[in-house]
Amino acid sequence: MIVVDLISWFLIIFGSSFCVIAAIGVLRLPDYFSRIHAVGILDSVGAGALILGLMLQAGLTLVTIKLLMILVIIAITGPTATYALARAALDSGLKAELDEEDGSSSS
Amino acid sequence: MKKLYRSIIIAILGLILLWVSLSGYFNLLQLSFGILSICLVVWLTIHLKLLTSDGSRLKVLPRYPLYLFWLAREVVLSNILLAKIILAPKILLHRQIIYTKTYQSSDLAKTLYANSVTLTPGTLTIDIAEEGFLVHSLAKAFTDDIRSNKMNLRVAKLEPVDSRDDAK
Repeated sequence: MIVVDLISWFLIIFGSSFCVIAAIGVLRLPDYFSRIHAVGILDSVGAGALILGLMLQAGLTLVTIKLLMILVIIAITGPTATYALARAALDSGLKAELDEEDGSSSS
Repeated sequence: MKKLYRSIIIAILGLILLWVSLSGYFNLLQLSFGILSICLVVWLTIHLKLLTSDGSRLKVLPRYPLYLFWLAREVVLSNILLAKIILAPKILLHRQIIYTKTYQSSDLAKTLYANSVTLTPGTLTIDIAEEGFLVHSLAKAFTDDIRSNKMNLRVAKLEPVDSRDDAK
């Protein structure tokens, strides 16, 4: 059982440290679109590792199934919400700051 | 018509599993609520014609777990890359919007690819055109990842062979 506890604590600490890194990223990155990328950390590894760690703590119970459903729902709604944010910014006329223009993007 | 009955039965079984795993109570009152709501949902899906009769969506289901494991690995790797960029003393970015052609033909596979790109940190799908996506990428490494089309090919392989023709 100690091994399961160790793995679960590692996952929980891993996930929460990535949540902190995402918060730092939102503050440090220069423009709107880069900051959306930092939020992407929260959706994927932040929430994912935390929930996996909690599933190991819960063991084989109904709680694990519910946590699994939360994981699936986050994985589907996270990117969709991110896309909606980016589209809303583009449609209201915000230009992305770019370091290099891509020639093929105009086609 | 026979196939429609089969997909109704599959839907009922799936809903029973969902109800039981979410409620966790097995007394008569709770189960009868469950049966009532399952009947309502199944009636609604038939009424709204959401139930497909060919079952082609179920056939590709066994191929998904392998892709999901691969995607999880990719997501963790690019997360660590992005975390390094964020925590570096001086933030070095190479922001670009690139166009990538999609190899998928069905809408479901295209959605899966667009969402996979967005889920992977460092890349973000911002526009979907007829033939491809516009992807905003944060650094050179992420741009190379998209250009190599690894994910694109893997999602294209998930598609059932017969749905490639009737996508149009």
